Amino acid sequence: MGRFTIVEGKAIPMDRANVDTDQIIPKQFLKRIEKTGFGQYLFYDWRYMNDGKENPAFELNQPENKNASILIANENFGCGSSREHAPWALADYGFKAIIAPSFADIFHQNCLKNGILPIRLKSEEVSYLLKEAKNQPYVLSVDLKNEMVKDEKGFSTTFSIHTYWKRMLINGWDEIEITLQFEEKITDYEKATITIR
Amino acid sequence: MGRSIIEKIWDKHIIHQEEGKPDLLYIDLHLVHEVTSPQAFSGLRMKNRKVRQPDKTFATMDHNVPTVNRYKIEDKVALNQMTTLEKNCMEFGIPLAGIDSPDQGIVHVIGPELGFTQPGMTIVCGDSHTSTHGAFGSIAFGIGTSEVEHVLATQTLWQAKPKTMKIEISGTLRKGVTAKDVILYILSQKGVNFGQGYIIEYCGDVIKKMSMEERMTICNMSIEGGAKAGLVSPDETTFSYLNGRKHAPKGENFVHAVKKWRELTSDENAIFDKEMSIDASQIAPMVSWGTNPAMTSSVNDHVPYLKDCKNPIEQRSLERALTYMGLEEGQKIKDIEIQHVFIGSCTNSRIEDLRQAAEIVKGKRVHSNVRALVVPGSQQVKKQAEAEGLNIIFQNAGFEWRESGCSMCLSMNNDIVPSGEHCASTSNRNFEGRQGSGARTHLVSPMMAAAAALNGRFIDVGKLMEVETV
Ligand code: SF4
Repeated sequence: MGRFTIVEGKAIPMDRANVDTDQIIPKQFLKRIEKTGFGQYLFYDWRYMNDGKENPAFELNQPENKNASILIANENFGCGSSREHAPWALADYGFKAIIAPSFADIFHQNCLKNGILPIRLKSEEVSYLLKEAKNQPYVLSVDLKNEMVKDEKGFSTTFSIHTYWKRMLINGWDEIEITLQFEEKITDYEKATITIR
Repeated sequence: MGRSIIEKIWDKHIIHQEEGKPDLLYIDLHLVHEVTSPQAFSGLRMKNRKVRQPDKTFATMDHNVPTVNRYKIEDKVALNQMTTLEKNCMEFGIPLAGIDSPDQGIVHVIGPELGFTQPGMTIVCGDSHTSTHGAFGSIAFGIGTSEVEHVLATQTLWQAKPKTMKIEISGTLRKGVTAKDVILYILSQKGVNFGQGYIIEYCGDVIKKMSMEERMTICNMSIEGGAKAGLVSPDETTFSYLNGRKHAPKGENFVHAVKKWRELTSDENAIFDKEMSIDASQIAPMVSWGTNPAMTSSVNDHVPYLKDCKNPIEQRSLERALTYMGLEEGQKIKDIEIQHVFIGSCTNSRIEDLRQAAEIVKGKRVHSNVRALVVPGSQQVKKQAEAEGLNIIFQNAGFEWRESGCSMCLSMNNDIVPSGEHCASTSNRNFEGRQGSGARTHLVSPMMAAAAALNGRFIDVGKLMEVETV
């Protein structure tokens, strides 16, 4: 996983509430046993029509929205199924950060583990971004170190993220490696609970 | 200050706690299935890691399995995923209820059925409906594949402590109203993210009177409200359900375990971050009309009007949902014609669910426009149902009687609802495309699904039952 520092890139709007992970990556693509190559299936049912052609009305297909790295979304983004295939597909497609007023818990966690930064902003701020991003090109800069989001027109705001996850994203740690430093404590816990039983 | 059952279980599982970090939590039981685990095992292999506690891990295959001709799997990619699970379990020493096992079934049906799921535990699985296991008074939640790998390697997880919510359900349920209607009602009132960041304790008279199957149905759909988990304090109902189960403690150990489990209740002065109460008498049989589980109303009601929406986002969602579902604003729920019925899934495929549905179906015929399916949650449920003759009741009425698995809940196998057609489902999600591209799902209870199969449209089973008892 690459390390996250500052991302500056095209931000595009997806103004829909409660986008679920069944939409982000439909079930027919969950049969693969790899972690890679899911980008082509991202939002498949919305992105393609029955004949396999791109649906021109869908957000990602509009020519000015191509090659975006930041997605501006709405309430409860990523709800439903726990499938990590959703952030795998988003990351593989090229998204590095997602901005929304709220995220579903498991999805939020899954993003952090795959180098995607989920940013919670206030509803008014997200509304502003959604509106601005309708006129492309719209570029945002996301600075994880200073926890800031800025556009080129003078908008700027801060967000907050748990320091643990922040360090993880910046340093690209192997979380299991960190946990294994607590090996002794885990063993002690296991011994103690066996005797209780 | 008193503590809630949620805090009691959580605190007991903390291995390490420090400022600026989530808690490092011990995991007692890790359930594994074929879809969300292959990449986790590859990860272990790449780093030369072992599974720390194979005996606290249990695997099955459920999502991909065919429910007819289950040994002749034509889908090569799905087959590969299943054999990959077999190989991984073999290599890492994990017990597996494979396709030919008498214990096979939907992971959230067999965990409790085999007695793996026990009060006071922390339970995880790479599946959002892990919340089901909370019915036994455990903290059970879904995780992603990276976390699956983490639990396999360390038997722990880093988790920020969630907030606590108490939902008290009191009063009496009307005839024909089931646990499924209770949870659909809560979702219809509170929305799809009221539980975000919370673990919910369900309590009150109605919950106390419920069987384990009913409690599982409620806890199962906690995730549909965005909650991390949902649970019910264990009581006599819980203990007697567990007594004698294959992996539950036996003899002396059981007596000892029950003594410990009895302590798992919220203190009277426990403080919750949020509390709400639900009046059970307000609940009617529910039917979802939209594309998320909160888009639900009473069977006697109608699809909402656009003008009644509170804000533009909601209005857009409603518009989109109506277009997808092929419904008109204001349309009566009872006027929706259905072509498919699916009785199954981890929400409603246990023996009680099948008994309730069979009761409605007995001696009647499935409507000529309807194709109806019963998919038992596990091989054990199937066997039990067959011993009671339920399969004959269903088959005589024109239902298909299938092998166990997730089936048409997410249609990863060949059980699919064709585009544009309506399906009354006892499952938990009515998302766009969930039961097939363009498929239109209506979430209902097993009794409502059974009645819909007979009539080709929705009817109030409560009223039906009143007529029959007169
Ligand atoms: S039955 Fe449906 S919700 Fe339950 S585990 Fe299977 S796919 Fe998931």
